[in-house]
Amino acid sequence: MKIVLEHLTKRFPNRNKKIKEEVVAVNDFNFEIPDGKLIGLLGPSGCGKSTALNLICGLETPTEGRIYFGNTDVTDLPPERRGVGLVFQNYALYPHLTVRENIRFPLENLRGKDKLTKEQMEEKVREAAELVQIKELLDRRPGEMSGGQQQRVAIARALVKRPQVLLLDEPLSNLDARLRLQTREELRRIQVETGITTVFVTHDQEEAMSISDMIVVMKEGVLQQMGEPQSIYDDPDNLFVASFLGTPKINVFNGRVEKSGIYIGDSKVLDAYGVKDRKVYVAIRPEGFVVDPEGALCCSLINREVMGRDTSLVATHPDFTGERIRAIIPSEQVVEKGTSSVRFSLKPAKVCIFDAESGRRIRL
Amino acid sequence: MKKNLTALLCLLPAIFFLGVFMVYPLIDVFVYSFEEGYNFASRSYFGTGLYNYSYVLHDPFFIQALKNTFILVIITVPLSTGIALLISLELSSVRVLRDFFQTVYFLPYVTNTLAVGLVFMILFKKTAYSDGLVSILIQLFGGPGIDFIDGPYWAKMFVMCFYTIWIVMPFKILILTSALASVNPMYYKAAQVDATPRWRIFFKITLPMISPMVFYLVITGFIGAFKAYSDEVALFGTDLNAAGMNTIVGYVYDMLYGNSGGYPSYASAAALILFAIVFTITTINLMVSRKTVIYQ
Repeated sequence: MKIVLEHLTKRFPNRNKKIKEEVVAVNDFNFEIPDGKLIGLLGPSGCGKSTALNLICGLETPTEGRIYFGNTDVTDLPPERRGVGLVFQNYALYPHLTVRENIRFPLENLRGKDKLTKEQMEEKVREAAELVQIKELLDRRPGEMSGGQQQRVAIARALVKRPQVLLLDEPLSNLDARLRLQTREELRRIQVETGITTVFVTHDQEEAMSISDMIVVMKEGVLQQMGEPQSIYDDPDNLFVASFLGTPKINVFNGRVEKSGIYIGDSKVLDAYGVKDRKVYVAIRPEGFVVDPEGALCCSLINREVMGRDTSLVATHPDFTGERIRAIIPSEQVVEKGTSSVRFSLKPAKVCIFDAESGRRIRL
Repeated sequence: MKKNLTALLCLLPAIFFLGVFMVYPLIDVFVYSFEEGYNFASRSYFGTGLYNYSYVLHDPFFIQALKNTFILVIITVPLSTGIALLISLELSSVRVLRDFFQTVYFLPYVTNTLAVGLVFMILFKKTAYSDGLVSILIQLFGGPGIDFIDGPYWAKMFVMCFYTIWIVMPFKILILTSALASVNPMYYKAAQVDATPRWRIFFKITLPMISPMVFYLVITGFIGAFKAYSDEVALFGTDLNAAGMNTIVGYVYDMLYGNSGGYPSYASAAALILFAIVFTITTINLMVSRKTVIYQ
């Protein structure tokens, strides 16, 4: 089931009643989520991504705009009639019911022609439990399980009615690092197996990049960019997207374009034909640095961290906007201990420039 | 060893006062109840045995008190808890004037008993000047005039239960509204997404989640109702036996200090019978709760 959002807007009255101005949580969203894909809604906390999810789910009603599931307009339908499954950040498993009863709960609400017999319910519960691999836990209570297991139960409960759309609100944020890795692969597997269009919300870019077919980057209620993870990473539309995606973070320098050249300080680092002279931000991915004695960019080296496969160089530069530059170089390119400065040349594909005023990408 | 000594020293004041004012009197009551015809003045008694219990259990006034107490308990505990739950549910669903309503419902709790008694007099008591507001209303609709304070037994019992429910309600509402507020709203959202009907949300989610508080109210409600006395005095005066409205605690008091008083042995026996009843009921409550109450 594809999901289409048309001019979707949600405004809340300000919490502080003295301020008349409304808070715009979601601002004029227009996008289409293709059928059967896994979509990551990505953004920093408070950017409106959970509100967007709640709008799709139906727990919030939009101030403006329409939502379509397939060709059906579901904007005015309550959540229970949209055929969605929702997994909450804290799982929202009923603590007084066993896993079996929790998963069966949505089935027991079915009335009329959809009403199931006990055997049918048991069968569906078993199927869902098998899908998320918790068959042996069916008689436990949520309190007797680990976070990862609870998460699986929550997914099973959301899936047991075979929803058209599965929505997950920060599904992995309550798990420890190792479980998070494991569970996100699991999430991917379940999505692929069921083929249900899935939207999940996260503030962790790594999580979104690793399992999504597509990611949607949001900031302050405004859609920044959407596309496949790799293409967004390689080709960000603006400075925010560029610095939000990727660890270590992209390195942003104050620079300028002058006479078809990109300058950081006094050194020309790359060519930029056809770009008007102006102030820009020069953003370089950590893997975009090449140690080169002839290189244009000279940084003072602070530290080098050996990580086996590659080495991370920590450096500073007067025109750098942050605290520390991080460059990741293959371990073969040895930098001797005790060197105080290092020269880099840059890989053009790993460098983006952004207009200093608008933050918009200047494509070369 | 030294640590234990410190702990003991810290506990000493509590142990002393509890011992003198709680444990010793309890033991004393227990002993009195087996001493036949104990006399305060001469500190003498005739013999020991179960006569006191036998006397109390054959005393028509005690039987009446027992009956009254049980009726009171059976009617008021479920009713007051149920109504309090309904009101709390409504209170937590209204947005406008919620604080105002909460205050209104809590007022009886902080109102002086005598003032409350006065209001109930106006409502129910037949005097030379008035038949009582409720009675007047009944007559207005063509019913017979009823004296709720000195009239038929059922009318008096009605006033007693009404008063008790009204007086215990505020505390229950207070506890239940806070219990309801402590249920995480995400459970309701989850239930909503799953198309759960309202009654099912209440019985399958809300009630189990607040069950520890409901259980607490039921247990303290039972115990409180079994110990009813002062409210009856406020309504029907000090001679409860004459009004036929005595309670077990009232009977104990009468045996000690009432017009027919001066029988500590009978009073002790009655008090211990009450203790046995409360103990049994509470045990049953606890047994039932083990199956129905869910602690998270």
